[in-house]
Amino acid sequence: MPRIRVEVDGVPYEDDVEPRLLLVHYLRDRLGKVGTPVGCDTSNCGACTVLLDGLSAKSCSVLAVQADGHEVTTVEGLGTGARPHPMQRAFHEEHALQCGYCTPGMIMAAIDLLRENADPSDEEIRDGLEGNLCRCTGYQNIVRAVRGAAGEMRQGAPEREVSP
Amino acid sequence: MSEIAPEALAEKAAEDAPVSSPDPAREIGAPRRRSEDARLITGRTRWTDNLQPPGTLHVAFLRSPHAHARIVSVDVEQARARPGVVAVFSGADLAEEQGGLPCAWTVTEDMKTPLHPPMAVDEVRHVGEPVACVVARDRYAAVDALEEIDIDYEPLPAVVDMEQAVRDGTPLVHADLGTNESYRWVFENGDVDAALRDAPVVLERRYVQQRLIPTAMEPRAVLCEPDGEDFTLTSATQIPHILRLMLATVTQIPEHRIRVVAPDVGGGFGSKLQVYGEEVLCLLLARRLGRPVKWTESRSEGNQATHHGRDQIQRLTLAADRDGRIRGLKVDLLADMGAYLMLVTPGVPLLGAFMFNGIYKMDAYSFTCTGVFTTKTPTDAYRGAGRPEATFGIERLMDELAAELDLDPIEVRRRNWIRHEEFPYDTIAGLTYDSGNYEAATDRALALFEYDKLRAEQADRRERRDGVQLGIGVSTFTEMCGLAPSRVLGSLSYGAGGWEHASVRVLPSGKVEVVTGSSAHGQGHETAWAQIAADRLGVPFEDVKVLHGDTAVSPKGMDTYGSRSLAVGGIALYGACDKVVDKARKVAAHLLEAAEDDLEFDAGRFSVRGVREAGATLQEVALAAFAAHDLPDGVEPSLDSDATYDPDNFSFPHGTHLCAAEVDTETGMVKLRSYVAVDDVGSVVNPLIVEGQVHGGLAQGIAQALYEEAVYDAEGNLTTTTMADYLVPSAADLPEFVTDRTETPATSNPLGVKGVGEAGTIASTPAVVNAIVDALRHLGVDDVPMPCTPERVWRALREAFDENPEPSTGTAPGAGGGLGSAGGAQ
Repeated sequence: MPRIRVEVDGVPYEDDVEPRLLLVHYLRDRLGKVGTPVGCDTSNCGACTVLLDGLSAKSCSVLAVQADGHEVTTVEGLGTGARPHPMQRAFHEEHALQCGYCTPGMIMAAIDLLRENADPSDEEIRDGLEGNLCRCTGYQNIVRAVRGAAGEMRQGAPEREVSP
Repeated sequence: MSEIAPEALAEKAAEDAPVSSPDPAREIGAPRRRSEDARLITGRTRWTDNLQPPGTLHVAFLRSPHAHARIVSVDVEQARARPGVVAVFSGADLAEEQGGLPCAWTVTEDMKTPLHPPMAVDEVRHVGEPVACVVARDRYAAVDALEEIDIDYEPLPAVVDMEQAVRDGTPLVHADLGTNESYRWVFENGDVDAALRDAPVVLERRYVQQRLIPTAMEPRAVLCEPDGEDFTLTSATQIPHILRLMLATVTQIPEHRIRVVAPDVGGGFGSKLQVYGEEVLCLLLARRLGRPVKWTESRSEGNQATHHGRDQIQRLTLAADRDGRIRGLKVDLLADMGAYLMLVTPGVPLLGAFMFNGIYKMDAYSFTCTGVFTTKTPTDAYRGAGRPEATFGIERLMDELAAELDLDPIEVRRRNWIRHEEFPYDTIAGLTYDSGNYEAATDRALALFEYDKLRAEQADRRERRDGVQLGIGVSTFTEMCGLAPSRVLGSLSYGAGGWEHASVRVLPSGKVEVVTGSSAHGQGHETAWAQIAADRLGVPFEDVKVLHGDTAVSPKGMDTYGSRSLAVGGIALYGACDKVVDKARKVAAHLLEAAEDDLEFDAGRFSVRGVREAGATLQEVALAAFAAHDLPDGVEPSLDSDATYDPDNFSFPHGTHLCAAEVDTETGMVKLRSYVAVDDVGSVVNPLIVEGQVHGGLAQGIAQALYEEAVYDAEGNLTTTTMADYLVPSAADLPEFVTDRTETPATSNPLGVKGVGEAGTIASTPAVVNAIVDALRHLGVDDVPMPCTPERVWRALREAFDENPEPSTGTAPGAGGGLGSAGGAQ
């Protein structure tokens, strides 16, 4: 079995893995990083989206061996409940989640969207998140949250506590 | 999107049914951000598949590739020899103990209910039915071993078409039943035949509610942990309490030996209101093997094995006078049960029996539904369950009636709907609508939508023969929710009641635990229930913790579906809080040396009437009750209270939805230009959560109109097994919604609440299809089957053009070339 070295949310790991092992299963089953869920098996839903060297990737469509030598950031590495990432805070403030299953992937994809376009229009947000499906919200509050987070992130807003 | 409409109109509507502005001192009505979010936005969640107790074995199921076949032989020996495989079972191996999956709704005395083994033994009746399973040390090993199982099938004829299935001589899904008809259920009130015979206007229509796949984002997952004679089953379910009872019934394991946990559950929409074979089998496997076993569904597995929704053929006949007044409505349905009757399969279409009349008055009504077996995945509840189908039927008919009489679709509705001063109103379908104000909601929607302006633009586009035509769709709907009064369920032969339970525990420190029998899976009960308790008890919101979703923690409940949680469970909580205050009052009176009747309770504090300074807070009373050093004789040292609430009536949210659709007559492409939803869900506990529920409901209803369909081929193969084939809309596929509310409190419960979970889905599908048809009606189109894909829209245009190449006004399809002329070449 090949050996891989991966840094996940700032922690280095070294493991022997089957060549066919999906990155998302490596994260969930081997590392216990279960914050990244699986929603489909055809890379349509985007629930498993993580950042691979800062770029969004659907971790169900990446083999663990392909992550060898790379850095992975999951939703667990973004922020905590008390000190969330601006995107996490915006999702909370704008009620951009209900069941929350798509939320980790949606947040990671939204962060990558803002990396490419720091001030997207609503239409650009909708197009940019096309690869991430949500069944609960109808997307309207997600668009609002991404717009809000974009404004905050452009101003380099410091992390602050979540309002009730 | 629509600009805010003329102030005058909006104000008039607001006067009729004003939305109460939240009192800043009150929790009820406050737009609280959700306390659930913290764990969900940081990935600190407890989805069932996240759980991995030591020694957990993984289960994989081998599923039938045939729609219908006899199982001749099953050879699992090779699979057993695979590395890491602990056990392999066929249906025959478990036949003695697996029993049959339950159907809790025997809708008629002679309903045909076939045995539904969790794992097929002799015969498979739909693609995706489990036939064998592997238990292995990890999920990869389990799936690998499935390939080594050898099954010999003898194919039998598939039964795919419902109308064909009920004809004589058609192959049978269940040979032993002698028919593909499960039941025929009839409701009649008034002489509908006379109405149809005598009325000057009679419209007959056939509408198809396509089959849908609910598609909760979290696939199903089950974990069962054995502990001696006890079992803890964790499942991505909406119904931990019902599931516990049903697992005990099916497996004969005593109910008190089974604990069911619904941890974080990633959506349900009805698909997790079920007792699934995989749940029963994981319990049996854990018992056999004495180790934790876990199964997690893949999406393409789930599309075949998790129940589907809708799927009915409606034959509707509407009789009316020339002035548009409805005389009678006749409804004749074929409802596809799929291969088996699951938990509430046969009852789902019958919920529509009470809703086909909508918000309208009429003299006569008849409803007949025939439940039909086919060799497809069983159907069951999907968001709205019976009411979207009915609302679609009546709201499409109202637009057809308006067109027939050359009336505005709003006007024809006004002439028929129940006026606000007529409530409570006994409907032709036998319900009593307690409250409503259809005028107010409609006026508000018209103002927000800028109805007149859009009608003018529509006329202009028609005049100009624009390639892109504009249509306006109307849906003035109501629904029955808050399921359900137990007596009504009993009269419909449902297998259980419709009450809900809550208990409130006041801890020694004055903090409060709320235990609810509702089982949230995205609805935000942890927030909304805390608001209710904080409001009623006068304690800080932060001091309330809501516990749910575990039968060991919350032993009583009827769970979450049918927009029932607030209208039933919320009222149970309200009642439990009142009991806490009543108990506390006795203790407070003793502490304050006053008569109980002289005490006031306000903002969490008891005080002697007229003597504000003498008082005791609920927290002080709780501590006194805990210490129990000085309680009045006969008073128990506890403020804890329970309440079980059984509603007297359903609740009836209503609203007016307006949709403007641009339809490209050359390509058939539909673009939703604007969508206005004004909903009246009664009083509101948390407007933020309510708005979110409406948004999500709209998305699902619009998805039925435009995008989604579970498709089977002639051999009974599901061709939409993946998310690549089954089109769940993305952000790019949906418009921005304009939502607003009017507020007519329900009179059937003390909070005045009605329920909001399904309203958006119920209302929106006909609004969208009505808009599309309205855009094309002058071109001869009077229906487009759902989902209204570009191809179907284009075909509807083409057929209309072929029938009448020169309609009186408007453009012919394909006049500008493109798809129209190419496909229409003669």
